[in-house]
Amino acid sequence: MMLTNQIRCWQPFIGPFDPCKPMLVKTFVTPPNLFIPFQPPRLPQFPPYEALQKGTLWPLFFSPYDCRQQ
Amino acid sequence: MQKPLDDAYYRLLCELQTADFVLVELSLFLDTHPQDMEALRQFNQFEQKRQQLAAQYELQYGPLLQFGHSFSRYPFQWVETPWPWQV
Amino acid sequence: MWIYEKKLQYPVRVSKCDPRMAKFLIEQYGGSDGELAAALRYLNQRYTIPDKVIGLLTDIGTEEFAHLEMIATMVYKLTKDATVQQMEAAGLGAHFANHNRALFYENAAGVPWTAAYIAAKGDPIADLYEDIAAEEKARATYQWLIEMTDDVDLQDGLKFLRQREIIHAQRFKEAVEILKAEKDVKKVF
Repeated sequence: MMLTNQIRCWQPFIGPFDPCKPMLVKTFVTPPNLFIPFQPPRLPQFPPYEALQKGTLWPLFFSPYDCRQQ
Repeated sequence: MQKPLDDAYYRLLCELQTADFVLVELSLFLDTHPQDMEALRQFNQFEQKRQQLAAQYELQYGPLLQFGHSFSRYPFQWVETPWPWQV
Repeated sequence: MWIYEKKLQYPVRVSKCDPRMAKFLIEQYGGSDGELAAALRYLNQRYTIPDKVIGLLTDIGTEEFAHLEMIATMVYKLTKDATVQQMEAAGLGAHFANHNRALFYENAAGVPWTAAYIAAKGDPIADLYEDIAAEEKARATYQWLIEMTDDVDLQDGLKFLRQREIIHAQRFKEAVEILKAEKDVKKVF
């Protein structure tokens, strides 16, 4: 139910005189709300305690974020 | 006056936060889906559950609300610690 | 009227003494996309927005105050017992000179909060688009904050707040859909 890939990547232009070691790939997040115009009824739900921990009642809207993904 | 904050305190507080969180989510959902009967039914069901949990919490740890929405023993319990950011 | 509830919305834990992080977290306390700006923005828009979405603005605005208290709790815990030396080393020397350990509505760079952070256009679509943008900007800020700490307990609270921004953005988008519909809508998918 969870949208699997919420990460988008792009490859920035690398200039010959860039002073820092180039980051070949840069990423950003596209959270699920971007893809759902209006929440449909009767979506599956997390159990209450898991909902609190996740920050939403609905798995469809859950967007994990880990600092290592950047 | 410093009350001991044992495991039971944190467990009950978390149960209340859990029920209240479901209610927050359903509140916002119902704000844009006022015709969703099933969500409203779930909302009312959790409202009952949160009332029981809140009553139990207030009995043991003092009032959650001021301005006459919670009862208090003597002396007036509202002013007692801990405050939410202290626990 | 508002009634204060003597509990946090979410159990906030901070397990590392790191006043440096308090300086960065202040961005979400008194910054342009912070929780104070969010709460005041939505509650202020209520008076001129179409009746159908006043309930939503009221509820999200109210939840933002709960988030403001969570951020305050994090900053409070991170600075409560910090020495002057620790505050200075954390880049909070200038803050200490003016405010000691008091919280102040300022951003991470020490710029005081201003009402200029809040647009109020009086056009429902413009205002709701502003709200959606505000939620996405706050989500991004939480991502940068999560990357700036290795305290998993602090990250846990920040991840909760980040997820709430996503839900709020979703509801504001739905509010736009409700206003776009010409007649009373039942459901729009």
